[in-house]
Amino acid sequence: MRAGEAVAVIGPNGAGKTTLLRAISKLVAPSGGEIAFENESLRNVPAHQIVSRGIAHVPENRRLFPRLTVEENLKMGAYPVASRKKFPERLEQVFGLFPRLKERRRQAAGTLSGGEQQMCAIGRALMSGPKLLLLDEPSAGLAPVVVQSIFELMRRICAEGYTVLIVEQNIRQVLKVVQRAYLLEAGRIVLSGSAAELTASPQIQKTYLGL
Amino acid sequence: MSELFDIYLLEAVLNGLLLGGLFALLSLGLNLIFGVIDVVWICYAELIMCGMYAVYWLHVQYHWPVLAAMAAAIVLVAALGAALHQFVIRPVLSAEPINQLLVTGGVLFFLQAAATLAFGIDFRNVGISLPSVHVGEMSFSAARLLAFGAAAGGVAVMYFFLKRTYLGTAIRAISQDRAIMPLMGVSAGRIFLTTSALGGALAGLAACLLVLQYDVHPAIGLSFGPITFLICVLGGLGSLVGGFIAAFVLAQFISIGGFFFAAEWGYFIAFVFFIVVMFIRPQGILGK
Repeated sequence: MRAGEAVAVIGPNGAGKTTLLRAISKLVAPSGGEIAFENESLRNVPAHQIVSRGIAHVPENRRLFPRLTVEENLKMGAYPVASRKKFPERLEQVFGLFPRLKERRRQAAGTLSGGEQQMCAIGRALMSGPKLLLLDEPSAGLAPVVVQSIFELMRRICAEGYTVLIVEQNIRQVLKVVQRAYLLEAGRIVLSGSAAELTASPQIQKTYLGL
Repeated sequence: MSELFDIYLLEAVLNGLLLGGLFALLSLGLNLIFGVIDVVWICYAELIMCGMYAVYWLHVQYHWPVLAAMAAAIVLVAALGAALHQFVIRPVLSAEPINQLLVTGGVLFFLQAAATLAFGIDFRNVGISLPSVHVGEMSFSAARLLAFGAAAGGVAVMYFFLKRTYLGTAIRAISQDRAIMPLMGVSAGRIFLTTSALGGALAGLAACLLVLQYDVHPAIGLSFGPITFLICVLGGLGSLVGGFIAAFVLAQFISIGGFFFAAEWGYFIAFVFFIVVMFIRPQGILGK
């Protein structure tokens, strides 16, 4: 991936998309192969130091701390020592991006709606000032109306210049947001190219877009 | 006549409040450990016993000033808590809960036996007797007032620490979702170790206050270990606020019950109340 780029990994259930992100964050140990970030291997980096290297992960199902307030969740995102000093300014940035979170800053995160929770989860990841943002199924489990706004939001985040790797099942929508994409099936990349190429590819159209 | 009655009742209520403060401190450490690590330190009161011996030994045998001895005891029990986690709890962290319970039960008997070997079965007293404080017709033990003040201070510091600091927020977060803590840049192992040391330090603080009121002997843990555990369960295991409420409720039952009947009846009534609550609300007052 190049800096400033938005890339999607798409594919059916069980293809290994989530596992790919979890391997980058070192939540699971890869059985082989190499993961490098900024020309440095992450092989011997423990999981809790990945975020300090500049990789923030928005996990599947958001995984907020339900009984902490919105602001405390965002504070957890700024836990690495280097991020703590920048907490006030980044908090303003995140609130600028998601004004709804500012309104609800003192509310327990578990009481937010699904869409707001997704905003909070993304905001939490942005609090570490990441160079690379990993998004795992940001639209999963949300009402159709909310899905629209979440993709709108992702478009804005990509436009802000963050480098983003998105895993999604909503292929039609995600291909409108990213520049490039990989199709993953049973753990292997079977197709890759620009978003336009993939949208036009007969294989994707037939199997995944139902055209 | 009725005026006199009222003032003694008031005295009982206020004494119950003081006792509640001590109970609150006792339950705080145990609750913190359970809330964060999900392990019950059955041997918690024995850590307090170790702290009491430390104060006694440093003050009486080595003639340290009592405050220095107390500070050293707090540090020592904090280290003991960290060691307990590192060498006993950590290896069984993913084992069955019953095994974790039995392991800390083993530590209980180990510490009791070790204390008996080291210090014998004599009752030891630090030899500090604080006067009683008289307010109008009422009298209070200064040791209890001091214990209440220190307990209130300890609880306030803990509250501030858990609410305001990054580490405190992480301690609250880890009990809600342990698996994603690495994504926040938090090493769960380090949080567990810190929490264990903190729980130990709270046990050390309790030891400093108890040693002013009670003689220390190897089985002293048995006289307040069970009630500490009951308070935590009554409040809802792991709920710091619940434990706090339960401490004061149980203390009032003991104190007012003891006022209307004999002192032993106070405990009897408190335990009946506990059992009734367990029937109605098995998860405790604020348990989930």
